[in-house]
Amino acid sequence: MEIPYTVEPRPDTGLYNAKLGIWLFLASEVMLFGALFSTYILLRTGNPNWVQHPMDVPLATLNTMILISSSVTVVLAWAGLRLKNFAQFRKYGILTMLLAGGFMVVKGIEYSAEFSAGLFPWTDNYMAVYFTMTGLHGLHILGGMVVLAYLLGPGAKMWDSNPEQFTNRIEVFGLYWHFVDLVWIFLFPSLYLL
Amino acid sequence: MSAHDSPEAIQAETRKYIMVFAALAVLTVITVAVSYLDLSIGLAVTLAMIVASVKGTLVAAYFMHLLDERKTIYAILGLTMFFFVVLMILPVGAFSDHNGASTEVAHEVDGEHH
Repeated sequence: MEIPYTVEPRPDTGLYNAKLGIWLFLASEVMLFGALFSTYILLRTGNPNWVQHPMDVPLATLNTMILISSSVTVVLAWAGLRLKNFAQFRKYGILTMLLAGGFMVVKGIEYSAEFSAGLFPWTDNYMAVYFTMTGLHGLHILGGMVVLAYLLGPGAKMWDSNPEQFTNRIEVFGLYWHFVDLVWIFLFPSLYLL
Repeated sequence: MSAHDSPEAIQAETRKYIMVFAALAVLTVITVAVSYLDLSIGLAVTLAMIVASVKGTLVAAYFMHLLDERKTIYAILGLTMFFFVVLMILPVGAFSDHNGASTEVAHEVDGEHH
């Protein structure tokens, strides 16, 4: 049986199903990260002896630049498919993958330096919040990399059989990726600068 | 193919994406620069959150195309934002109950490691 509304929009929602699905998923993600931000506010404002360790701001700034660059490469990859230019999709898709890998490497360097300085999730409340939030965010980056690897590899065969559905898949992936970028935009000042 | 999907429209969108990227890069530099100023914590938090919100709005509006989306998505996001705001207000409620329990718990937990 063929799955309906993978390309054409459903008459009642005006959306193809995957797009509705990703927005519902992102709504749940807003609440997940929202709960963590709320916890952070509660712990920090409720503790007069809050300990804030100095973090590596230059490395975190570099990671911010890397993530916003990857958001651009994702939309350019999607634009490539809409222009029926698979080579453009592939080029910007690979670039996105490299940027995502770069983000994880920089994060790894940061974690390594923090562990060497004796800072662990159980050190104090700040480090617990820091590792929980950046760790969960990092897992989202890793998850995105796995999906993108599939879409650039075996999943790309769909471009030959059903280009419209494949273009929609890239749009849906892009929405997820931009959300991960958006979360970092708030994590960066909250955990590193304030 | 709708006018929205014409090559000219897509190329115009692409130029917009590059401009948004430039704006995000500049705002990131501003965020970091402001953090080096000797501001009170209240002002620092307010400024940082304003800049982050502008950046977030740019990403949502242009990269996630929320400027031009279906009503279904706006409805989902409206409901989500309502509950998100409730989540952000919860800590305020925790303090306004005047029992001080949350402060003591946070203090004790952090105090165990010092």
